[in-house]
Amino acid sequence: MSDPATPQSARAVMLDVPGLDALIAALAGAGFTVIGPRLREQAIVLEPIEGRADLPAGWRDVQSPGHYRLEERADGALFGFASPPHAWKRHLHPPEVRLMRARSTGSGFEVTDSAGDHAPPRLALLGVKPCDLAAIAAQDQVFGLTPDAPEASRPDPTYAGRRRAAFIVALDCGHAAATCFCDSMGTGPAVPADGGGADLVMSEIVEGGHRFLVRPASPAGARLLDSLPEGTGRPPEAADRAAAAAVPEATRAAQRRRLDPDHRRIVADNLDHPHWSRVGERCLACANCTMVCPTCFCATVEDSTDLTGDIAERWRRWDSCFTMDFSYIHGGSIRIETASRYRQWMSHKLSSWYEQFGRSGCTGCGRCIAWCPVGIDLTEETARLAGRAPAQNAAKQDSATPTGGE
Amino acid sequence: MAEASTHPAANPAALRAPEPPARGAADPMRPRRFRIARLRRELADTFTLELEPLDGAGMHFKPGQFNMLYVFGVGEVPISISGDPADPSVLVHTTRAVGTVTNAMNRLKAGQSIGIRGPFGTHWPAEAAHGDDVLIVAGGIGLAPLRPLIHTVLAERDRFGKVLILYGARTPEDILFTRELKAWRGRFDMSVHVTVDRATGAWNGHVGVVTRLIKMGGFDPGNTSAFVCGPEAMMRFCLTALAEKGVREERMFISMERNMKCAVGVCGHCQWGGHFVCRDGPVFRFDKVADIFRVWEL
Amino acid sequence: MVQVEGLETLLENHPFFEGFDADTLALLAGCGVNERFGPGDYVFHEGSDADKVYIVRHGTVSIEAKVPGLDRVSLQTLQEDDVLGWSSLVTPYRYTFDARAVSLLRVVSLDAACLRKKFEADHELGYLVLNRVVAMMAERLQAARLQMLDLYQPKGGQM
Repeated sequence: MSDPATPQSARAVMLDVPGLDALIAALAGAGFTVIGPRLREQAIVLEPIEGRADLPAGWRDVQSPGHYRLEERADGALFGFASPPHAWKRHLHPPEVRLMRARSTGSGFEVTDSAGDHAPPRLALLGVKPCDLAAIAAQDQVFGLTPDAPEASRPDPTYAGRRRAAFIVALDCGHAAATCFCDSMGTGPAVPADGGGADLVMSEIVEGGHRFLVRPASPAGARLLDSLPEGTGRPPEAADRAAAAAVPEATRAAQRRRLDPDHRRIVADNLDHPHWSRVGERCLACANCTMVCPTCFCATVEDSTDLTGDIAERWRRWDSCFTMDFSYIHGGSIRIETASRYRQWMSHKLSSWYEQFGRSGCTGCGRCIAWCPVGIDLTEETARLAGRAPAQNAAKQDSATPTGGE
Repeated sequence: MAEASTHPAANPAALRAPEPPARGAADPMRPRRFRIARLRRELADTFTLELEPLDGAGMHFKPGQFNMLYVFGVGEVPISISGDPADPSVLVHTTRAVGTVTNAMNRLKAGQSIGIRGPFGTHWPAEAAHGDDVLIVAGGIGLAPLRPLIHTVLAERDRFGKVLILYGARTPEDILFTRELKAWRGRFDMSVHVTVDRATGAWNGHVGVVTRLIKMGGFDPGNTSAFVCGPEAMMRFCLTALAEKGVREERMFISMERNMKCAVGVCGHCQWGGHFVCRDGPVFRFDKVADIFRVWEL
Repeated sequence: MVQVEGLETLLENHPFFEGFDADTLALLAGCGVNERFGPGDYVFHEGSDADKVYIVRHGTVSIEAKVPGLDRVSLQTLQEDDVLGWSSLVTPYRYTFDARAVSLLRVVSLDAACLRKKFEADHELGYLVLNRVVAMMAERLQAARLQMLDLYQPKGGQM
């Protein structure tokens, strides 16, 4: 694919590993809290980082249905892992947020503060993989940030505030877990040429010298690169660009798992399929898949008062369509069977999301497969709904990493 | 399927947000305050709130729309508006005390205030029924969301053919808006038929399910717009009865009920197939949802 | 004869007999007679011998049961275009509920013994009529089931 943004790519820069610290420092200097991957309790988490020393150097993940663990990799890659358990959504759509405070006035109340009153934190998200970049784009639509969002919905102040203030450093993906299927979703493993909404796009090159190709994808990204200290990095050479382009291609070649491209129709046409009941028997309704999914956005709204009853608060908290209460209307819940709740989740993700937002709600990140305690796999369930044994994923227990088996 | 691989970045404009809103100005989760002018008991468990805005601005709404009603510290519930759309100065809600919030609401007194967000959702399209016979089919508390439509239809009565209200309630003691029903029944330009599921003693009206009233006819099925509201199962049987009569699916309208937490399409609770009931509903043209209407536990 | 011809016309205009030919209607009318009941009059009582089918021409009749403590409980009302008293065509030929006129009620009553005799002799006739009776019973059963669902309760539909 030709690079349409020639003026920007002209300003692309090669950073060596210490150069990454300059980039992180520049972000911090611009007032951002930098969020990036780091190791915590044998998993990779996305939390504030101070510098490259916090990054999970030389770790990769091994994932399969119901399975996630880290193992060391020899090449010292800083971003050599696939989807971490938590998605970036917790920083843009926080698990809980206070929407409102109100004070009793005796006969009534007055609102003393609401979510839109507060300046959002300015976050720089470092190392957003293409699948998660697509997920952020999907949530932009959900929360009304896009021009094509339904007229009736005004942008959600919390999400819109955080999202507009955020700086995104995307990353071409250099590692496919066996749970990954972004290629079949068209969301990865390469960051799209236009940057996919990121401000900077980064490629981590390990072979032939550990280094990073960083190119601007927005005016803010270009300004940030311009702000790097004199002498940081060097212009990329053709060999650098070729090496960078090879990274996602190797990842693509390593991907085995696929979601049937006809998933929308398969799910929509099979809402009464007996297979839902069979999945329902396995599903624990634990809601893990919805918590780790980077596009799942459902939340509940809870009102409460303090002990005196004088101060009331309204909080929004992540919710899941797997809970019985989720569909509660007076008298009872709509979705009583676990099968119905699983169907709701999967049919929303793979079918009704198209009706709502013109795209799939699944980005192929594979988190729901790895973090399902019983290993339910939506690519496999889709194949079964289509009446096929899921032969295409037969090799799923094998590691799909280019560097070897588990 | 082409969409399957559509990358969101194919539309880069979609990712660049438009102008930021004025801070706090358009917070969709922040309620307006209304004062309870009157609280009227309708039935043993059903009451009507007449509310006046404390900020002075009235509330313009269309028949079938709903508000989120907030009781301080207790919570928020979606309730359809049951007042006359022609009078925006007073906001009227009729509801049943069935949950924590509505029970708390039931204990409020005139003079106290509650929070309101809205109006939200789609409306009964009276304008689509111009020239048609109008069939209003209500079950139980389902008469409340239809009441604004009845007012609208009667306010421009000349634009419609026959106007029939078919109303089913549990017992004679459960009939809502009895005074108004009597007044409407007394008019020469509309028919009102009420049936109850069971009756004792002095009831001289119909006994039987509301679908029987549809079977009795009195309207021109090929030129009828039907507006149906009640429990989902009641609507299912009514729609079948209407179809058997020959009413067309694109002229049947229903109002759906689902759990709602935000009413602005972001909390996800009210999803029904691809629809957010809070935004794409609650009023749906039946042919648009016929394929999912009978899917169990959707 | 005059009355019989009048009855045939009445039956012909009733939806229950829609599409029946003149001979069939004449056969049925031969079992019929015009009747009227004043408001509050009982058409029949629960448990009594079911000897007639009533073709309702005008007015409203309530199907009821007496329940101690509740007085009369009305289960369904029937009006013109309806048919009352299917118990008279099904063994053990005993009415299962009370039927009480709510308003002035005009009916054609068909003698059930007479009908049954004709059905016995002419199975085709029996099939024609019982086919309609079954459809009517199905509709009434469906209505009764819907009532059982008690849909308008807050927990309506959950038995």
